[in-house]
Amino acid sequence: MTDRRHGGDKSTALPRRRFIGAAAALAGVAIAPGLMLFEFARGDAPAKGVSGKVRWGMLIDTTRCANGCTACVDACRRENGLGFGTRPTDAQWIRKVELKEVKSGRTQSAPVMCQHCAHPPCVDVCPTGASFRRADGIVLVDRHTCIGCRYCMMACPYKARSFVHENLTDQKPDVPRGKGTVEACTLCVHRVDRGREPACVEACRAARHEAIVFGDLNDPASTIARRIRERTTLQLRADLRLDTGVRYQGL
Amino acid sequence: MRRMLMLVFGALCLAALPAQAGGRTPKPVIEQARGEKCIAEPERMRREHAEMLRHQRDQTVRQGVRGEKASLTECIACHASRASGSVAARREDFCASCHSYAGVKLDCFECHSARPKSERVGTRR
Repeated sequence: MTDRRHGGDKSTALPRRRFIGAAAALAGVAIAPGLMLFEFARGDAPAKGVSGKVRWGMLIDTTRCANGCTACVDACRRENGLGFGTRPTDAQWIRKVELKEVKSGRTQSAPVMCQHCAHPPCVDVCPTGASFRRADGIVLVDRHTCIGCRYCMMACPYKARSFVHENLTDQKPDVPRGKGTVEACTLCVHRVDRGREPACVEACRAARHEAIVFGDLNDPASTIARRIRERTTLQLRADLRLDTGVRYQGL
Repeated sequence: MRRMLMLVFGALCLAALPAQAGGRTPKPVIEQARGEKCIAEPERMRREHAEMLRHQRDQTVRQGVRGEKASLTECIACHASRASGSVAARREDFCASCHSYAGVKLDCFECHSARPKSERVGTRR
């Protein structure tokens, strides 16, 4: 009994080895055209989604930003359906900060929002990977995976993020928002993806201040890149070396 | 034991029959959609719409891919009820009626608007 089984194994051993060799050869043939097809697909089809070649950013000229003007804040609330900031639990994506030099009494104002860092601390601390940086530099919260732990709110040096405490109804179709998640300035990603500017930039222009310039920091021909090249601009808390996408001029 | 189980199963099947035939359970109301044709056959949509939307949502949020076929906005644009202007405002609305029939919790619309873009009425608060 045992002998016969043993003999049977011996007789199949060699063909099996041969089969494995043949399979390996076939696989080699199959992989080569596969790779070629992949290369073709990469070269011909237009890449879907955002590209890492772009880095969206904003330049805020504080010398043009008017004290007391809240056009950008109001536009943000309207565009994203944030309510009117009347309740303590209302979300705040952008705020106006007034600065006063004590000695001279000189006052300045500037909007502060998510600075869209290249090395965002909010992304580092997020336990679920909900906080992320898109290839084009926009820092977002994927609210499908956000568990509302608010670590990112603690980590952000700009206090840019808000937590949604209460049930919301009648959200904007382009801006889904919900209770139990953290949110912040999205750089109006739904507009940017359709080739438009963020709502605050448009509102600032409509108010005839033109204090905010939006554009691609990586494109040397863009207005924002040119102005950053020609004038002195600074990043808030540059000592943290977060490489922010939002820059300030005249502070 | 096995015979016993078979008997129990048979009894359950018999008990379920009148519910299906007699209509004790309210069937989902499916209102005629506004568009001409869905992105896939109804059988496939019924089974796989959740997967399609989940796949698309990750692509849209993470990679900024917009205007693809399986888009929640497009679902709403086509299937919003003519009466309530929404897919989930009333129990008879498209998403809500089927989900309540199947007993599957629907939480898309806790964050997403259930109305088509053009038909938003009123403002928040």
